[in-house]
Amino acid sequence: MNAAINQKPSLIETVIRKRLLGKGFLTAVAILAVWKLVASFLAGPTIFMQQVVNGFQLGFVYALIALGYTMVYGIVRLINFAHGDVFMVGAFASYYAIARFGLNSWPSRVFPGLPVWLSSAIGVITVIVVSMLACALLAFIIERIAYKPLRTAPRISALITAIGVSFFLEYFGALPMAFGPNFVTYQRPFEVVNWVISTSGIVALKPGQAPPDNTLILSNISLYIIIISLLLLFFLNFIVRRTRVGKAMRATAYDKPTSRLMGINVDGIISVTFAIGAALAGAAGVLYATAFPQVYFVMGIIPGLKAFVAAVLGGIGSIPGALIGALIIGEAEVLSAAYISTPMRDAVAFTILVLVLLVRPTGIFGEPSREKA
Amino acid sequence: MSKKLFAILTIVIIASFILPACGGGAGGGTIKIGLLAPLSGQVPTFGISTKEGAEMAVKEWNDKGGVLGKKIELVVGDSQCSADPAVNAANKLIDQDGVKFIVGEVCSSASIPVSEIVNQKKVVQISPTSTNAGVTVDKDGKVKPFTFRACFIDPFQGLVMAKFAAGKGFKTAFVMYDQGNDYTRGLAEAFEKSFTELGGQVVGKETYTAQDTDFSAILTKVGDSKAEVLYLPDYYNIVNLVGAQAKDKGITAVMMGGDGWDSADLDVKASDGGFYSNHYDPGDTRPIVVEWLKKYGAAYKDDKGQPKVPDALATLAYDATNLLIAAIQKAATEDTTKVAEALAAISWEGVSGKVTFDAQHNPIKAAAVIGVAGGNKTFVESVAP
Repeated sequence: MNAAINQKPSLIETVIRKRLLGKGFLTAVAILAVWKLVASFLAGPTIFMQQVVNGFQLGFVYALIALGYTMVYGIVRLINFAHGDVFMVGAFASYYAIARFGLNSWPSRVFPGLPVWLSSAIGVITVIVVSMLACALLAFIIERIAYKPLRTAPRISALITAIGVSFFLEYFGALPMAFGPNFVTYQRPFEVVNWVISTSGIVALKPGQAPPDNTLILSNISLYIIIISLLLLFFLNFIVRRTRVGKAMRATAYDKPTSRLMGINVDGIISVTFAIGAALAGAAGVLYATAFPQVYFVMGIIPGLKAFVAAVLGGIGSIPGALIGALIIGEAEVLSAAYISTPMRDAVAFTILVLVLLVRPTGIFGEPSREKA
Repeated sequence: MSKKLFAILTIVIIASFILPACGGGAGGGTIKIGLLAPLSGQVPTFGISTKEGAEMAVKEWNDKGGVLGKKIELVVGDSQCSADPAVNAANKLIDQDGVKFIVGEVCSSASIPVSEIVNQKKVVQISPTSTNAGVTVDKDGKVKPFTFRACFIDPFQGLVMAKFAAGKGFKTAFVMYDQGNDYTRGLAEAFEKSFTELGGQVVGKETYTAQDTDFSAILTKVGDSKAEVLYLPDYYNIVNLVGAQAKDKGITAVMMGGDGWDSADLDVKASDGGFYSNHYDPGDTRPIVVEWLKKYGAAYKDDKGQPKVPDALATLAYDATNLLIAAIQKAATEDTTKVAEALAAISWEGVSGKVTFDAQHNPIKAAAVIGVAGGNKTFVESVAP
């Protein structure tokens, strides 16, 4: 036995122990990807930039969903598979707010004197807030009914319950008395404006006008998604880092029993975490439906899975990780659709998940897992 | 005991085959035409429209004195848009009612098993609306001699739209289709082939999957390709998504598609300026269509008592029944082999266009092109292949 330990490890053992195969493969893939990207950029810089903008638009929506996964996992160690469906409910809530109640246009009805941009901004923010509140309430109820009774049960029970809640939301939503099983065309809360960016400046594009060559097209939808996402991210960061609730959340994530001894209402904090995560998913639902204007009862599955991949890639439990992971997934998807082939986009996203799990299971910003120590 | 039961059953079954067949075969006064329509099951509205269309055709022939000096009798079987009930209904029509001519079924999945029976028993079948290639052609690519259809098959729409686009003077097209869907693939491939043959150029081709919602990467390429036409032969839900995102990207290519666009849920804002092909449109101005609308509206009323506007199913059932009876008249006999030959060589002006049959027993006829503009879907023109 002793002899075996003292022996110099063979080449194969070293390769296995240091995961060199996986790392080598990952490096090769990364070099190939960078080479492909540089070549594509040189072949058509404007088109490439346009695709990068497309990727950011998608990535920021994923980031908002991914944050919910990451926050809940960080505190209760539960992968909340119903999160994508909360996102769907958020999209539908905003659909009803806009199409049935005209909430996006209330400022122009109540204060007709306001400038158009201000009244539509206030209207849009109202719609987002309504969706966020609806989702927060929904998540609060789900947590109380489905997850809280299982707090001390094995983690697999809570996971299976989460899948059950997910199916419940989908197929309850498909009932005619809820959202119905049809594809519903989403009414955007504001008119779309396109700007053309070129070396000679920024010009608004008239509807039906073709953009000139070698220009970048930016619509107010991309701006809207990026700005709203960033605002929500800063707001979340502020809550977690600078408030008492945030401090309590961090303490609960670190050590539940001790937090309870210190007088923190752990159950309350967990509920608040679910509600905040769901509110972000609700906002993401509004942004997603505005960008891709169609809502239906299983619309949350694929974005939910992609955001989950993003959360794992960034390091599940880490808030900056969720943002970075989501932006990487968004870009990877759009760029692979643009430069490899469209049907490859999902394959690329999920291949990234497998590679990350193989090589660095804790993700980019993840804490090293404690089991190994 | 069980042997006895078996014997009795056998006798009953044999008797049920022989006895009514005698009665049916000898019934000299009328010519019986069977109709297989899904009057119950998942799509009963299809069955009702089909039955009304067929009834209209039979009534008109009878008012003119019938065919071959005999009155026509329509025998209806409920086939439920499904294989087993359709086979049972077809057997009943043929063996019990002595029918030698069948209009039906509506759905391809029911028409195909029925076509096996009719070709064994030498009964002429014409399906009004089954679009699957396997209805008239068997697995080895052999044409079924007794089976026809009154609607064009899917790829045909691609050809028609290519002709329409070329006729409008468009030179470049970008084709997008769902790689996992035979319908959209068939239309897209036919469009590409025909458009290239007509002197156009397909400057880009991209596939996607039915779950995709973000089309930004493809649409950026469409914008870059400067294509004049964006051919998107998918169902309305994908058209709504792609159309809205194309407008966000400042894409001015004219969107075109097939009958998958034909839905009340088509987003007329997202698909504004687009065109799609369909079997028939009530806005067509040919006299035969105007007259058909008038006749049908007078005979059938909707729930509110208003004259009903015939849909594509009723129209194609009307055409299919007329084609069959015209073939009987042309053959001047009830011999089914002769009638099938007459039908294969027929040239008939139907509501859905002037019909002749190709070697696979698929009709060659015009398709209606419908334009989406200013929130309305209006008939543009009828395009012959």
